[in-house]
Amino acid sequence: MSKEKFDYFIKGEKDKYEVVIGLEVHAQVLSKSKLFSGSSTKFGADPNNQVSFIDSAFPGMLPVINEECVKQAVRTGLGLNAKINNYSVFDRKNYFYADLPQGYQISQYKNPIVGEGKVLLDMPYGSKEIGIERLHLEQDAGKSIHDMDPSNTYVDLNRSGIALMEIVSKPDLRSPDEVNAYIKKLRSIMRYLGTCDGNMQEGSLRADVNVSVRKEGDKKFGTRCEIKNVNSIKFMQMAIEYEAARQVELIENGKKIDQETRLFDTKKNETRSMRSKEDAHDYRYFPDPDLLPLKLEQKLIDDLKKSLPELPDKKKERFIKEYGLNVYEANVLVSEKEISNYYEEVAKLSDKKLAATWMMGDLFAMLNDKGLDISRSPISAKHFAELVQSIKSGEISGRIAKEVFEIMVETGDNPKKIIESKGMKQQSDPKELEKIINEIISRNKDKVDQYKAGKEKLFGFFVGQVMKLSGGKANPQLTNEILKKLLKG
Amino acid sequence: MSDITNQSLSEIIDNVKTKKISSLDLTKAYIKNIENAKKLNAFVTTTFDLALDKAKQFDKKPTFNKLLPGIPLAVKDLFCTENTKTTAGSNILNNFIPSYESTVTKNLWTNGSFLLGKLNCDEFAMGSSNETSHFGNVINPVGDQLVPGGSSGGSSSALAADLTPATIGTDTGGSIRQPASFTGTVGLKPTYGLCSRWGIVAFASSLDQAGPMTKTIKDCAIMLEAISGFDKKDSTSINKDKEQYSKNLKDNIKGLKIGIPKEYRVDSMPKEIDELWEKGKKILKDLGAQLIDISLPHTKYALPTYYIVAPAEASSNLARYDGVRYGYRSEKGKDLIEMYEKTRSEGFGDEVKRRILIGTYVLSSGYYDAYYLKAQKVRQLIKKDFDDAFKKVDSILTPSTPSSAFKIGEKTNDPVSMYLNDIFTVPVNLAGLPALSLPAGVDKQGYPLGLQLIGKALDEQKILNIGYAFEKNCGFKNEIKKWWS
Repeated sequence: MSKEKFDYFIKGEKDKYEVVIGLEVHAQVLSKSKLFSGSSTKFGADPNNQVSFIDSAFPGMLPVINEECVKQAVRTGLGLNAKINNYSVFDRKNYFYADLPQGYQISQYKNPIVGEGKVLLDMPYGSKEIGIERLHLEQDAGKSIHDMDPSNTYVDLNRSGIALMEIVSKPDLRSPDEVNAYIKKLRSIMRYLGTCDGNMQEGSLRADVNVSVRKEGDKKFGTRCEIKNVNSIKFMQMAIEYEAARQVELIENGKKIDQETRLFDTKKNETRSMRSKEDAHDYRYFPDPDLLPLKLEQKLIDDLKKSLPELPDKKKERFIKEYGLNVYEANVLVSEKEISNYYEEVAKLSDKKLAATWMMGDLFAMLNDKGLDISRSPISAKHFAELVQSIKSGEISGRIAKEVFEIMVETGDNPKKIIESKGMKQQSDPKELEKIINEIISRNKDKVDQYKAGKEKLFGFFVGQVMKLSGGKANPQLTNEILKKLLKG
Repeated sequence: MSDITNQSLSEIIDNVKTKKISSLDLTKAYIKNIENAKKLNAFVTTTFDLALDKAKQFDKKPTFNKLLPGIPLAVKDLFCTENTKTTAGSNILNNFIPSYESTVTKNLWTNGSFLLGKLNCDEFAMGSSNETSHFGNVINPVGDQLVPGGSSGGSSSALAADLTPATIGTDTGGSIRQPASFTGTVGLKPTYGLCSRWGIVAFASSLDQAGPMTKTIKDCAIMLEAISGFDKKDSTSINKDKEQYSKNLKDNIKGLKIGIPKEYRVDSMPKEIDELWEKGKKILKDLGAQLIDISLPHTKYALPTYYIVAPAEASSNLARYDGVRYGYRSEKGKDLIEMYEKTRSEGFGDEVKRRILIGTYVLSSGYYDAYYLKAQKVRQLIKKDFDDAFKKVDSILTPSTPSSAFKIGEKTNDPVSMYLNDIFTVPVNLAGLPALSLPAGVDKQGYPLGLQLIGKALDEQKILNIGYAFEKNCGFKNEIKKWWS
């Protein structure tokens, strides 16, 4: 694979600008109950059906930390190669809103549970490291519903108190493509770890995007704007593109960029000012006196570290070494835990390289077509391996294999059965093939003569005739060999 | 039986256990007293029907082995009580009926007692005279012009007036000990974390602690035994075995070292407070205790520190009273912000607003370091003062308050002079220690005065023992004429 050069710049009238992006990703912790209460976290329940007195901030209610959420944060931190802090503190972030029952969000401010870490991205121009600033635990707020009634706003507190991990990157990202790769990598790591399902439609993963621009070659960062709460990669990319262009235009017109919080309007495809720095909330953070500082024993961290599954970066290296895949193949096949599991199951039972080619080709195309995850693939890994093996052993040709594949998708049958019942087995018996070839030679004497006289292009014609007569089942390799031999004779 | 309500809780328990009185008759006696004492305004809510029901149930199937068998009790209206209105003395909660029971009151009920009513208090426990309550001020049975102290003023008044055999209050900066001192009763603020805060309307979470208010030390030990204990629903609750304070009560204090901190001799202190302190020292010395002069050098910073930390936490704790989910909501607002503004303006009283403003200010960006952070540092120094002192002594003796009960209205326009009332009590809350206020004498007007015994963390038994010995030898008797009935 030839290495491309990084080339994402905004071209203004006068200068070329580099885009600097930092992300604050909010990832919902995968846990049965909320961060400080026993309420369920299940998605899609009727409004206000998963709300305890703690979540709705009744008088005298007190938060108690959910140990599993803490472990999930530690696991995620370890997955991000980050420093786990043995001492962290929960703070109150104070502001008023109808869907924030306590009047404050319990978060971590000065002392987060996870410190600096890093994430590796494989870009077409090489591998790139993105720094992680921190990861902290915090409560989600409820949801205000403005469109149920013309004059009232309704509040659903099911989400109130659910644990979120806020993962803050360093301003290391430079293009919408890198943002795409970064989010996918984060999601992949968390799915491997089982700490966040990464489901963006359900809001389990959303991000605040910080964007600034600077002239190419400048060392100093420009003034940044924060685009709040963007909930799909596509919208993030669109928001960045719009925002970067807006900032460049301001600069080129000699105007100043105000540090502010903006919203991305997905209908108009533009960002809009939400509040300026002057209007920024004073959150009056202070340590939550209802909760003791969170002290983690080193042993707990070590034990969690030992129990971590193999993560994508490690797995990729192993796939390259163990299965002889190239970097591109390995990257694709480790991108999701389920895909890598499927591949490994197939590779164990069949040709490793051929399995990769067929998975990334026909299988992915089919899944994509049907909009299915690999976990719901109509073809089991075992059947898929049998198919790959049938190709490898020469039992069927690649062309026939595509037909078998189609039937497998429809019926879910195993390929052996399909091949046998439909008589699709490749003709690999030399004697049978010789019979067919002799027949063709005798029918086409003129062409044989022309071939012998030097018109070698005609070889393709003979192959075609063999295939036609054998119903496509003739083993191509063997056909070539025998045909060459007999034509000479 | 002539008037059983004159007796101490432990005497009443004995009388119930020996069947000299039924729970029902006992309950009726208190109901009668309460109905005759409306003038004191000690109750926000009475639960007579519930109490009579429970009393009958008890008499039908008595459980004499319980700590508080068939005993009716009124409690401060800061404890959430299931199906009984809980107001915290505030208009903003004037219609709030919890569907859960605070851990501390639940502990009372599982020990055999039942609810007689909810006692008036300063709004959200913010006050030292019970004059900030939305439900009006409470009168001290000691005199019809006197405040009962605060914030547990309804509790101290009801106890001293025989409207409940014992009670519980909460103490954030002296709210149990100061009213106890003003009414000639016993009040204990336990070690922070000994009693669960779950279900108590929060004022300042790092300081709030529930505790008993009783007529005698023995009663205090019984009540503490009933309410204390680990609660996994409160993350700041201490996980330790329960103690039998009443059974282990001893009056031998020979050889114990009592610290006398020189910083508690404040310039403006009336002579009679000083004399009371001298009297207390003498009693303990005569009982064989050893008096040791100690220094708690950061004492003078305690009050300003307290009035930063407590309002800061309160400003955040009270944010939940926004009219959205429960409690009072003003219907005048046109939008969400206006609804908040009107609800909170109409729902909170002046003192609460003052503290929310102070608290919001000290946490604001640009002021946080100068106020809140500095206060936290000073708090550590105050704690360390006590740690150092307790290397040398078993307990510390101080006055409870710098004066006796003052007149209603006397300090309402001067918040700082009101705050100064807590000068001897707040250091203890900042350090999270247990402290007992015990009646020790009267001033020249005949108003009760209290002394404070401070203990090491979780050393409740020791200060109860010292108090027990002191009580037997002090000769204090609360002479309250029932002028109101």
